[in-house]
Amino acid sequence: MSTDLLYTEVEEDLRAAVRRVLRDRCEVSSVLARCESDEPYDLALWRTLAGELGVAALAVPEELGGGGAGVRELAVVAEELGRSVAPVPFLGTVLATAALTAAGAAEPIAEIGAGTLVTTLAVGLATRPSARIEPAVRVDGATLTGTATAVVDLEVADRVLVPATGPDGTGLYLVDTAVTGVSRTPVTPLDLTRRFGTLELTGAQARLVAADAEPVLRRALLTAAGVLAAEQVGLAQHSLDSTVEYVRTRYQFGRQIGSFQAVKHRLADLWSGVSTARATSRNAADSLSDADAEAELAVALAQAYCSDLAVLAVEESLQLHGGIGMTWEHPIHLYLGRAKSAQLTFGTAEHHRARIAELVDLPSA
Amino acid sequence: MTDAAELRSAVREFLAAHDPGGDRLEFLRARFDAGLAWVNYPVGLGGRDAPRELQTVVDAEFAAAGAPDNAPSRNGIGLGMAAPTILRFGTDEQRARYLRPLWTGEEIWCQLFSEPGAGSDLAALATRAVRDGDDWIVEGQKVWTSFAHKAKWAILVARSDPDAPKHKGLSYFVCDMTDPNVEVRPLRQITGEAEFNEVFLNGVRIPDSQRLGEIGQGWQVAMGTLMNERVAIGGGNTGRESGMIGVVARKWRDDPEVRTPGAHDRLLRLWVEAEATRLTGQRLRQQLAVGTPGPEGSAVKLAFSRLNQEISGFELELLGEQGLSYGDWTQRRPETVDFTGRDPGYRYLRAKGNSIEGGTSEVLRNVIAERVLGLPPEIRTDKDVPWKELPR
Ligand SMILES: Cc1cc2nc3c(=O)[nH]c(=O)nc-3n(C[C@H](O)[C@H](O)[C@H](O)COP(=O)(O)OP(=O)(O)OC[C@H]3O[C@@H](n4cnc5c(N)ncnc54)[C@H](O)[C@@H]3O)c2cc1C
Repeated sequence: MSTDLLYTEVEEDLRAAVRRVLRDRCEVSSVLARCESDEPYDLALWRTLAGELGVAALAVPEELGGGGAGVRELAVVAEELGRSVAPVPFLGTVLATAALTAAGAAEPIAEIGAGTLVTTLAVGLATRPSARIEPAVRVDGATLTGTATAVVDLEVADRVLVPATGPDGTGLYLVDTAVTGVSRTPVTPLDLTRRFGTLELTGAQARLVAADAEPVLRRALLTAAGVLAAEQVGLAQHSLDSTVEYVRTRYQFGRQIGSFQAVKHRLADLWSGVSTARATSRNAADSLSDADAEAELAVALAQAYCSDLAVLAVEESLQLHGGIGMTWEHPIHLYLGRAKSAQLTFGTAEHHRARIAELVDLPSA
Repeated sequence: MTDAAELRSAVREFLAAHDPGGDRLEFLRARFDAGLAWVNYPVGLGGRDAPRELQTVVDAEFAAAGAPDNAPSRNGIGLGMAAPTILRFGTDEQRARYLRPLWTGEEIWCQLFSEPGAGSDLAALATRAVRDGDDWIVEGQKVWTSFAHKAKWAILVARSDPDAPKHKGLSYFVCDMTDPNVEVRPLRQITGEAEFNEVFLNGVRIPDSQRLGEIGQGWQVAMGTLMNERVAIGGGNTGRESGMIGVVARKWRDDPEVRTPGAHDRLLRLWVEAEATRLTGQRLRQQLAVGTPGPEGSAVKLAFSRLNQEISGFELELLGEQGLSYGDWTQRRPETVDFTGRDPGYRYLRAKGNSIEGGTSEVLRNVIAERVLGLPPEIRTDKDVPWKELPR
């Protein structure tokens, strides 16, 4: 039987619930205001999404204390968060929960699921799922020393999962960010709605979560890259929808600008692109949910398609909005920052194509 | 409701009673009568009112048993367009008469829509149908008619009321292509072969019992047909690397000589697009299984056309000197539509038709923009004007 690329009723219910919360609590204008404030993330919103709707540990199996759904459902949540560029520590949570699930570590998951403790993973945001990870953090007994860059959601993280190398190889450790020996330096991000920073550890107390970090990190990055594709689809869909709305209401030359064929055809092409992106993203989510052997290819394909498409969608949106799109008040730039950053997150489309070449045996010259 | 397990056992029962190695036509007719032809069709018409996606279960079982198929590529217009139209708009007699030999391939169908003066603007067509007692007399010229030279029947749109605005004065008929007043002339195309034709209707007499839908309802019936056409061209249920991308991927693997860094990048981009488009088609078919064809089919057709053209052009570039030659320019009358067969030069040339046949890419973009996105329709100067007063 082929992959199920549609949405189930359960998924649609989940979508509706998330959308309702975001509509009430995450208006784009408020996101813009928040980005300029001292608290760029909305942790109260996050606690609602995590605690009441269970989106944080949704894809964690029940026996580990999670929601027992799958990556398919998680991807639907990602679509909605992408639509509203919600400033919540979602991606770090996806990375952390996928890592903990792969490690079979139940205990730290409970607080993530409740939304009380934000946890992230100290792997650089631009890392490809197939990359070999050589951490710049060393383990010495029960303490860690070293640096990790581009750690997503770092400023709001209560705990960080850190890959660190010692005499026994690379393991995965849990570090409380409140302990001594932990310092965090935020980086000014291109994407105002998703933050990251540099984590510096100097003899910080840590607890071993997985003795062999390699398969755990691989699974975490693969899952997060697949979920990111869904976020990109949601973002692209929003760009398309809002642009269609705009060209119907904006008049020039005595006509709606959406009645000009040059405009219509661009939006028709964009709609086709979004439909295609959605198919690849659903395929990746389905494949990750089943943890099948094709998951890596499915994710590479989805990333190779969706990351560029999301950027195109926002760029088209900006162009068709004309001057208003270039202003700070109009939220398009939030979407552009998110889309362009997401294009570099977990590898560019070109990186993913190179991985596909390996997986399907199409060697380079 | 029928499920996959029930269908599997029905096929096995059928195979136990009918030798797949026996007479091909007898086997196919029996398969139709057993309701195992197209499972989503009604009982008594080759199906069993089952969900459309279960067809793959049936096809797989028959293929595994080495049973003959109904050579779908020989009768694409019949299966893809005529059949759903007859099912939806036909009378009980018409369904009973046409559907079985259509499905078995005993009767091939063609589509008499386009005219020299009416392609994208199909509703402008001028072929006249004048009522004469129980018959209609049809006079006019059609063009680009694929496989008219093989067809027993045609679906035909003609103007039954020139005084009405152009969309309102059309009627839809089934035309007997063996009628002596139907003249089919080969129209050679850029590939050298004559896959399509000019068709002259010189006062063809068509009984009113061969009309599909109401008088004046021809446009709505034709729209139903064209929706199905786009889905049909957009792609069948295929596996990874089927179609043109499979052809070049195999070439790449088998022949290291053709590999260059620039070509590698292009190949991978095309591979990604092809796989993404295939999944889009698969998603569309899953949607269709729970509903009816909508304008989404247009998107897949649009992507398929562009890709098929790019990949077949890319293939020639990969081939270098070999790409300079062409298989065979002799005019022939093909049996089937063949996008990936024959030689690379042929594939390149034939692919050019993909963005024209079944609605041009420009027209499909209009369809998506208007019907899916709800953007304003094209400004019309021909609305509510009697057809006979329109500029031509
Ligand atoms: C291989 C092949 C097989 C075919 N088989 C059949 C068949 O079996 N039966 C049949 O009836 N027909 C058949 N056709 C005909 C086909 O449906 C028409 O060619 C098609 O609808 C385009 O019409 P046209 O050729 O008159 O081009 P035109 O309509 O004259 O178009 C010329 C150009 O103008 C553009 N254009 C036209 N209108 C618009 C608009 N409103 N907005 C923007 N651009 C526009 C078109 O996109 C195109 O680029 C076949 C065609 C091909 C190539």
